[in-house]
Amino acid sequence: MPLMIGVPRETAVGEKRVATVPEVVEKLIKLGFTVAVESGAGDAANCSDESYRAAGAQIIEGAAQLWASSDIVFKVSVPTTEEVNLLREGGHLIGFIWPAQNPELMAQLAAKKATVLAIDCLPRMLSRAQKMDALTSQAGVAGYRAVIEAANAFGRFFNGQITAAGKVPPAKVFIAGAGVAGLAAIGTAAGLGAIVRANDTRAEVADQVKSLGGEFVKVEYEEEGGGGGGYAKVMSEGFQQAQREMYAKQAKEVDIIITTALIPGKPAPRLITAEMVQSMKPGSVIVDMAAERGGNCELTEPGQAVVKHGVTIVGYTDLNSRLAKQSSTLYGTNLFRLTEELCKTKDGNINVNMEDDAIRGLTIIKDGTVTWPAPAPKLPPAPAKPAETKAIVAPKGHGHGGGGAPASAGKTAIIFGVAAVLFLLIGVFAPAAFLGHFTVFVLACFVGYMVVWNVTPALHTPLMSVTNAISSIIAIGALVQIAPPLTEGFDRPDGWIRWLAVAGIALTTVNMFGGFAVTQRMLAMFRK
Amino acid sequence: MSASLATVSYIGATILFILSLGGLSNPESSRRGNLYGIIGMTIAVLATVFGPRVSMAGIPWIMGAMAVGASVGLIAARKVLMTQMPELVALMHSLVGLAAALVGFANYIDPVASSQLIGSEKSIHEMEIYVGILIGAVTFSGSIIAFGKLSGKIGGKPLLLPGRHLLNLLGLLVVIFFGWQFMGAENVNSGMVALTVMTVIALLFGIHMVMAIGGADMPVVISMLNSYSGWAAAATGFMLSNDLLIVTGALVGSSGAILSYIMCSAMNRNFFSVIAGGFGTGGGSPAKAGGEAQPAGEVVPISAVDTAELLREAKSVIIVPGYGMAVAQAQHTVYEITKHLREKGVNVRFGIHPVAGRMPGHMNVLLAEAKVPYDIVMEMDEINADFPDTDVSMVIGANDIVNPAAQDDPTSPIAGMPVLEVWKAKTSIVMKRSMASGYAGVDNPLFYKDNNRMLFGDAKKMLDEVLVALKS
Repeated sequence: MPLMIGVPRETAVGEKRVATVPEVVEKLIKLGFTVAVESGAGDAANCSDESYRAAGAQIIEGAAQLWASSDIVFKVSVPTTEEVNLLREGGHLIGFIWPAQNPELMAQLAAKKATVLAIDCLPRMLSRAQKMDALTSQAGVAGYRAVIEAANAFGRFFNGQITAAGKVPPAKVFIAGAGVAGLAAIGTAAGLGAIVRANDTRAEVADQVKSLGGEFVKVEYEEEGGGGGGYAKVMSEGFQQAQREMYAKQAKEVDIIITTALIPGKPAPRLITAEMVQSMKPGSVIVDMAAERGGNCELTEPGQAVVKHGVTIVGYTDLNSRLAKQSSTLYGTNLFRLTEELCKTKDGNINVNMEDDAIRGLTIIKDGTVTWPAPAPKLPPAPAKPAETKAIVAPKGHGHGGGGAPASAGKTAIIFGVAAVLFLLIGVFAPAAFLGHFTVFVLACFVGYMVVWNVTPALHTPLMSVTNAISSIIAIGALVQIAPPLTEGFDRPDGWIRWLAVAGIALTTVNMFGGFAVTQRMLAMFRK
Repeated sequence: MSASLATVSYIGATILFILSLGGLSNPESSRRGNLYGIIGMTIAVLATVFGPRVSMAGIPWIMGAMAVGASVGLIAARKVLMTQMPELVALMHSLVGLAAALVGFANYIDPVASSQLIGSEKSIHEMEIYVGILIGAVTFSGSIIAFGKLSGKIGGKPLLLPGRHLLNLLGLLVVIFFGWQFMGAENVNSGMVALTVMTVIALLFGIHMVMAIGGADMPVVISMLNSYSGWAAAATGFMLSNDLLIVTGALVGSSGAILSYIMCSAMNRNFFSVIAGGFGTGGGSPAKAGGEAQPAGEVVPISAVDTAELLREAKSVIIVPGYGMAVAQAQHTVYEITKHLREKGVNVRFGIHPVAGRMPGHMNVLLAEAKVPYDIVMEMDEINADFPDTDVSMVIGANDIVNPAAQDDPTSPIAGMPVLEVWKAKTSIVMKRSMASGYAGVDNPLFYKDNNRMLFGDAKKMLDEVLVALKS
């Protein structure tokens, strides 16, 4: 029996998004589910009842009816008490819950014996989970919209122009916090032609900022700001001091500031003080994307756009609803990907597999039992910091100018020690004749060492074939054995020796001629 | 020819050999280098043949043996394909090894050779014979196996006997024991038993050693055997008290050792771990460490026509060839494409990883054969910094040497190996027959990157199609 997915109309004030769109409905039906949408649910996001019906969804009048008939409910904003009361006993709910901020809601849901998957609790560090990451998709939309809002409030062009009517300087945009929203804002602002600068406490995002066309502004203070899970952490007092100075300087220079700084579970950090706002040029714009959590700017009024000291401060908390169709499509797709994970059998039934790291993290209530917070997912040891990686791939001594391996002092000492002992032993026991040859041998090794380091790597193959040809010098060993001048008084097994020597000569001559000839052939090919 | 004259000739030959290696420092002087080698060898052989230690009776034998050897060698040198160079070199190493062992045996049964030696001199002489034959035999059997692996007659996968380190250790102990027996032998016959047993063990050891080494480590093995053949010559020199042999052997030996070292550092591997074998297992599950290390994203295929389109619109292109190009014999087509693009003003260069292919410098030789000018063929260190400014990087039949996991994933088996950073180019195209992993058996996250495209199929065939599309 396939389950029914229900999509109610969002009841929160100002919420224009909807949890699924017609395109996604079709895909859900392909997975085997039946889909019901409350009449008018998508109106604010330009999705008419008609379009849902065309995609194969049932349209149900009234929230009560919809909640009662749905096995699984897809929501966007945090459900209200009334909505929880409508939820069927033992039903499933998927949407934003924010369990840490809403303990009462959790209790109500648990009492309903519900199974609840909070999309905001997704373990974001799992690569596999990225397709379900609604926080990212929504933040991206919000970042885009923030720039559009800024452009709307700003009295000039973003891009510089030289026109018949005079020169227009490009707008300078500063973006505080290069998370998903910040990066989206950087890309959008750069796309409009503005000069974009950005800052983040996590130094590793500098490359991402640059890749989107922004300039990374560093805080002149050494501290690592990654707080795990892709979020930033609270920084030390010294750092904050340095950061304030940098912001004050930027505030004087730029036309537009967009702030996106959030720290999980804490009020948004105060980055822009009233004095900084005062120091900005008249007509400047601040878009405070952290308004909902208190704001990064001291003068932000959440939900409003206000003008203070000649600066427009936009504190909208509904940036996503201001781009409702786009936000809904992305959110709906995130939920669809999650549904896919829940329904691997594609038969319209779901399996909340608590062994799966992603599903485990999402599930905050299972059949009425609170399972939040989830244990940390099994991850490999922290991803290597760039510095460490560099240490591993440090360039190796290679090829040029007689350099050997840069061995550590200790290693060198050991090598010298061993060599000294060996030489001592040889000196004590070996006869004089041997020592003569030994001297020649050691010196030749050194000569070889020095000469071969100069060989260009491109010629390594010819080097091997020529050394191979030269090593057929061993022929001399065979030559002197074949027929030495007669020595009296020895019973020499001439026949045996001669055949061994002849074989030796034949083998080495193959090498000698073959080796030199093939080297010649190869070297003749190298040309400019 | 007097003994002094022969010695002076030997000194001349030695100098010529050193100049010969020195000449290889750049392609301009390399041809002269090879000529020095030939002259040096001629002088050495003539000085020996007409020297005091060879009587006229031996000349016909020598002429006969040399005529046979020379004709075989010259024919082989002419016939061999450039892609088969690794096999040829391995085979030639085995000849040197075998010759060293034969000379050792002949010297041992020759009573004249040790007649004037007494006490420690005699012991040292016997030890020299023993060690010379030992190295010769290991070189011989090891090179034969390497030849088999390179020519595909033996599978490339490492053969890992249980307790292989123990076996090797046991072999070493037995060799030492028989060495002791050999030194104490009263006559040639009893010594010969010890010598023969040791030779058999040495042969087995050589086989076992190379069998345990994976295909990806072949460049190390080849250069190591190159080194061994040098040491075998040096040991023979000690045995015969011949300084020319000692010097030449030491030159060759240290050259091979340096090459082995360069190859090892190019793979960020310890020399001993390569020799101990067991890497490049190929089989088994590709090492996957935790969720995050798994390549995320999708593999995006591309057609030959679209590849041509990308190349045509690029300003700069870097081509990274690997063993796949050698196998498919695609170097000539690669050059045709290069020539065409260069005429259109595209900056085409080649990036060569030190261990690309199956022997050191293998790719350079193949590209040289296809007439690619060597000044656009760059080493890894020279070109790695240029990838971010490159429009298209094209990987032809290479895998592990362009694997970003070596830098990003500390748990990867190839972590820390220097790699060509092709993914930093605007677009990278990987030509590959299938999604199979490389010799190291490691999955390649490159294939899943957003800016990467896969051109599946035989390198030669696909490149031909690209060329046709480019010209149309």
